[in-house]
Amino acid sequence: MKLVIGIVRPERANNVLEALYRADVRGVSISRVQGHGGELDRVETYRGTRVKMELSEKLRFEIAVSDEYVEPTVAALCAGAHTGDVGDGKIFVVALEQVVRIRTGETDHSAVTPVKS
Amino acid sequence: MIAAAAGRISAGDTAWMLVATALVLMMTPALGLFYAGLVRSKNVLNTFMMSVAALGVVTLAWVLVGYSLAFSHGNGFVGGLHLALLRHVAFAPRAGTAIPQLLFMCFQATFCIVTSALVSGAVVERIRFVPFVAFMALWSVLVYAVLAHWVFGGGWLAAHGTLDFAGGVPVEMGSGFSALAAAIVVGPRRDYGRQALLPHNGVFALLGAGLLWFGWFGFNGGSGYSVGQSGVLAFTNTLLAPAATLVVWFVLDVARDGRVTAIGAATAIVVGCVGITPAAGYISPMAAILLGALAALPSYAAIVWRPRTRLDETLDVLAAHGLAGLTGILFIGFFAQRSWNRAADGLLYGHPAQLAHQLLAAVAGPAYAFAATAVLLKLVGAVCSLRATPREEALGMDVVQHGEEAYTTGEGAILVVAEEDAAPELTGVRP
Repeated sequence: MKLVIGIVRPERANNVLEALYRADVRGVSISRVQGHGGELDRVETYRGTRVKMELSEKLRFEIAVSDEYVEPTVAALCAGAHTGDVGDGKIFVVALEQVVRIRTGETDHSAVTPVKS
Repeated sequence: MIAAAAGRISAGDTAWMLVATALVLMMTPALGLFYAGLVRSKNVLNTFMMSVAALGVVTLAWVLVGYSLAFSHGNGFVGGLHLALLRHVAFAPRAGTAIPQLLFMCFQATFCIVTSALVSGAVVERIRFVPFVAFMALWSVLVYAVLAHWVFGGGWLAAHGTLDFAGGVPVEMGSGFSALAAAIVVGPRRDYGRQALLPHNGVFALLGAGLLWFGWFGFNGGSGYSVGQSGVLAFTNTLLAPAATLVVWFVLDVARDGRVTAIGAATAIVVGCVGITPAAGYISPMAAILLGALAALPSYAAIVWRPRTRLDETLDVLAAHGLAGLTGILFIGFFAQRSWNRAADGLLYGHPAQLAHQLLAAVAGPAYAFAATAVLLKLVGAVCSLRATPREEALGMDVVQHGEEAYTTGEGAILVVAEEDAAPELTGVRP
C-alpha cells in the first residue's frame, strides 16, 4: 500500500478528479495548501505597498491505494495537473504502515479497496 | 407643473431630487456588490471594479457629450450638442420640471452610470479590464444616451406616445439586450459548461440586492422630478412590485426544487424593481403587485433555461433586466390608468393604441441596443484583444488585471523595497 500525495494547481482540480475517476481511483482527500515551487512570484500592490507573493495556492490530494493502483493514480495526477508551466506541482509516493476503515474495522488492503456499489 | 410653467424652482422638489440622486448613485456600488457575490473569489475585485469604473468614466462621458445627446434638442433619433460640456446647464429649471437643470443632469447621470455598469454582468470573469472600460464609456454615449433621448429627451418614441416612467427602454432593455450582444461577441468563459462556476458569497448578493432596492426608491420615486403624485405613486409601487416578485419567486423555487433559495431571492428583488421601473408612475398600486408577480415568470424561465445553452451571459442581465423591463413596458399598455397617472389609459381602460405604442418600444429598444452593442464591441475588439488568455482566466482576473486579491492571507507576502520598484511589471507577474 502506498500513500500518493499530489500537490497541484487549484484550477486543475476538476481535471485531476476526472482523470482519477477514469482511472477507477476512488477515495480522495483534498486540502488547500500554500507553497512555493520555484514558479513566478506575483507582484501585488495594496495602497502603495508593493509586495511579492512568495506562496501560491495549491491543492493537496491524498490518495491511499493498493500497490497495483500506484501507477494509474500517479499517471492520472500527471495527466490532470499538467500545464507545462513551472508550478504544476509534485507527486510524492510514500509507504503506508497501516490503513483502517473506521466503519467496518477492515484493515490494510481491504480498507483501501473501494466498496462495490 | 404650475411652478414649472412659471419657470420657478420648487424647494420641495429640489430637496427630494438631491436625495433621490444620491440614492441612485449608491445603486452602482450596490450593483458591484451584488455582482461580486455572484462570481468566483478570484474575480471579485475585477467584477466590483467594473461598476466602480463606471462611476469614473461614464460620469465624465455624460458630462462631455452624453447628457447633451440625450437631453438637448436634436432630431427624433438623437439630441444635439447644444448642452455638451454643460454649456447652458445651470440653475434655471429644466423644462417640464421645477428643479435646476444642473440637478436634473446629475440625476440622469446616475442612471447612465448604473446602466453602463449593468452590462458588465454579461462578460465578467474573462473580459480584460481596460478594453471593457473603454467600451463602457463609448456605450454610455452611443447606446444609452440615444435610447434615453428616445423616451426621456423628446425623441421619436416619446413623440409616438410610448410611456416609460423611469427607463424601461434605456436602462432595463438597453442593458439587458446589450448584455446579450456582449456575451455573444466576447464568448463563454473557458470553463463554462465544463465546471460548476458557483457564486462565492451569497451574502454579498443579498446585501447588494437589498441596497439596490433601497436605491431604487430614488430611481423610480425621483423619476417624477417632483414630490407630486406621480413620485409618490412610483415610490409606493417600488415597494409593492418587488414584494410580489419575491413571493412568486419563492413559490416557483418550491415548485421546482422544494426549497427557497437565497440567490434566487436576491435575483427576485432585482427583477421586481426592474419590472416596475417603466410602469412605476403609470399604474395603480394593485396593478403594480400584479406586475411584480407576472415579471417573475419570464425571468425565472430564462434563468433556468440559459445555463443549459452555450450562451454564457454570466450574471443573467438579459433575464433580470431585459425581460423584466420588457414585461413592464408591455404591462403599461394594458394597465396604464389615467385616473392614477393623468397621462394615458391602457388597453383595459379603453385605449388599445397605448399597447401599440408600448410594443413599438419593446421592439425598437432591444433591436438598437443589441445591434449597436455588437458593432461597438467588435470595433473595440478590432483595436485590442477583449479577452484574457486561458492562463490568465485560470489565475483569476483580480491578480492578472489589478495585481490584488480580495481575500489575502498575507502569508508569504514579502515587502518589495524601493530599488526593486524600478521596473514594475505591467502584467503583475514576474520571474
